[in-house]
Amino acid sequence: MRGLDAKFALRRGPLVLDVDMALPARGITALFGPSGAGKSTCLRAIAGLEPDSTGRVSFGHELWQDSARRVFMPTHKRRLGYVFQEPSLFNHHSVAGNLDYGFRRAKRPAHLDRDGMIDRFGLRTLLDRRVGTLSGGERQRVSMVRALLSDPSLLLFDEPLSALDGAARADLLGCLERLHGTLQVPMVYVSHNIDEVARLADHIVLLDGGHVIAQGSLQETLTRLDLPPALGEALGTIIEGTVCGIDTHDQLIELAFPGGTLSLPHHDERVGQPIRCRIAARDVVLARERQVSTSALNQVACRIVAMADAGASSQCLVQLDAAGSTVLARITRRSWHALGLSPGDEVWAQVKAVALGA
Amino acid sequence: MALLSDQDLQALALTLRLAGVVTAFLLLLGTPLAWWLAHTTSRWRRPIAAVVALPLVLPPTVLGFYLLMMLGPDGVVGRTIAALGLAALPFTFKGLVVASMLYSLPFVVQPLTNAFESIGDRPLEVAACLGAGPMDRFFTVALPLAWPGVVTAAVLGFAHTVGEFGVVLMIGGNIPGQTRVLSMRIYDHVQAGEYHQANVLSLCLLVVSFAALLAMSLLRPRRYLRD
Repeated sequence: MRGLDAKFALRRGPLVLDVDMALPARGITALFGPSGAGKSTCLRAIAGLEPDSTGRVSFGHELWQDSARRVFMPTHKRRLGYVFQEPSLFNHHSVAGNLDYGFRRAKRPAHLDRDGMIDRFGLRTLLDRRVGTLSGGERQRVSMVRALLSDPSLLLFDEPLSALDGAARADLLGCLERLHGTLQVPMVYVSHNIDEVARLADHIVLLDGGHVIAQGSLQETLTRLDLPPALGEALGTIIEGTVCGIDTHDQLIELAFPGGTLSLPHHDERVGQPIRCRIAARDVVLARERQVSTSALNQVACRIVAMADAGASSQCLVQLDAAGSTVLARITRRSWHALGLSPGDEVWAQVKAVALGA
Repeated sequence: MALLSDQDLQALALTLRLAGVVTAFLLLLGTPLAWWLAHTTSRWRRPIAAVVALPLVLPPTVLGFYLLMMLGPDGVVGRTIAALGLAALPFTFKGLVVASMLYSLPFVVQPLTNAFESIGDRPLEVAACLGAGPMDRFFTVALPLAWPGVVTAAVLGFAHTVGEFGVVLMIGGNIPGQTRVLSMRIYDHVQAGEYHQANVLSLCLLVVSFAALLAMSLLRPRRYLRD
């Protein structure tokens, strides 16, 4: 099954967007990059909201745009679920009116569980409210369910959490994580927050200065050694594992993954629950021997696969293999030489548990 | 003696009919024009907006004079109408409608344009993403959100047409039941020294204008102003 193929160019003020991406037909693809990289413009062009863009966009077997053949399918025929950064609700409708705007136009499809979705996103008690009386988090939840109810074949989410504060953000991220499990259609999720991406995405497209820097599966792409320094903070490992134990006294959980186990801060996880955790490359310390007296709770046995020297920088990136899981460590070049490390060596990767608190 | 003579009542009815017809036509024709002005990127936007605004600053007598020239038997429009076998427009109710529409055009088009502009593109983009086509978007999103502007446009267009004098004098004349509107009748009364009748009719105009403005503020929903 084919997903979204988009290859287009567009000029927007100082930004020259020139992208070529192929997105899979399933799962969540993150469009990740620094502010001003052209992520939102890219999403708008996919939706057909930037008529000046030239190129070719196709989704599944539908051709959405082909400038060479003067094909341009208008936005309302593309069957999208677009969530904007600001909730952009219709002020002249109640919450229910907003939710039903797209649902009615999609002819109230039977396979969409309207009531179930309203309950899952906690909107039941808000249905009769005017949108002016809602909080920021409530508005964005309405906006998401409104998009989901329009029976979309592709979901486009443009930084839906960026305008929200702590609690509302965590709440909505939870909603999105649960949505991820039941999602039948692919989603493109724009974000400049790597923690959001790590929790939600399956694939990633890295965008910088209007160009696609890299694209592929989340784990493989974020552990690459050849990405530009601008994306350095995003580098790291995404560990997928299962909660195998909870220490209520120390408020820690044990996460079992193919490379061993990790201790993480406990929030509201249950035993058996699959969770993801991100280990940023900069949070990993390397040691020749397993340390006995150290405050770092996590020590994972690894083998060095490769090292990338970032030129004039004081740092280098080390790619490690932990029984099949790739782990990335950013250390100083001085340490690399002081420990006499080289590819093939056995090392211990240490990670503070507090660095893993989501 | 009755407060209003039959002729006065006739003038009052004619005035309200004229204002009603003109407002209805202006809303129908002015809405697409205002939509175009609010959304186009054409280089003709500013010149056309200026032409639409002209009646705001032009003395009504000047506007009426040019209309008389154009619509008269020797005018460009007048000759075309005659060639089509239609009756001439000056000194008829239809002529008065045409002239009043031009005269009140900016009072309808400008509030509508402002209202459409203030909605912004976002609600329309959202509607498009939810599967609504262009007409659907206009009637279910743009028009409801621009409703306060529509009400303002209708009331201003109506009230402004009720009060016109100079244009009517030029192109309508003073034919009872045809073109003798309230303001002409007041003028006649004053000319004849009938100050009492002039006073009663003037009060009528005052009440109509006040009622129109009151209706405007009552019909404007306050709830959209939030958010």
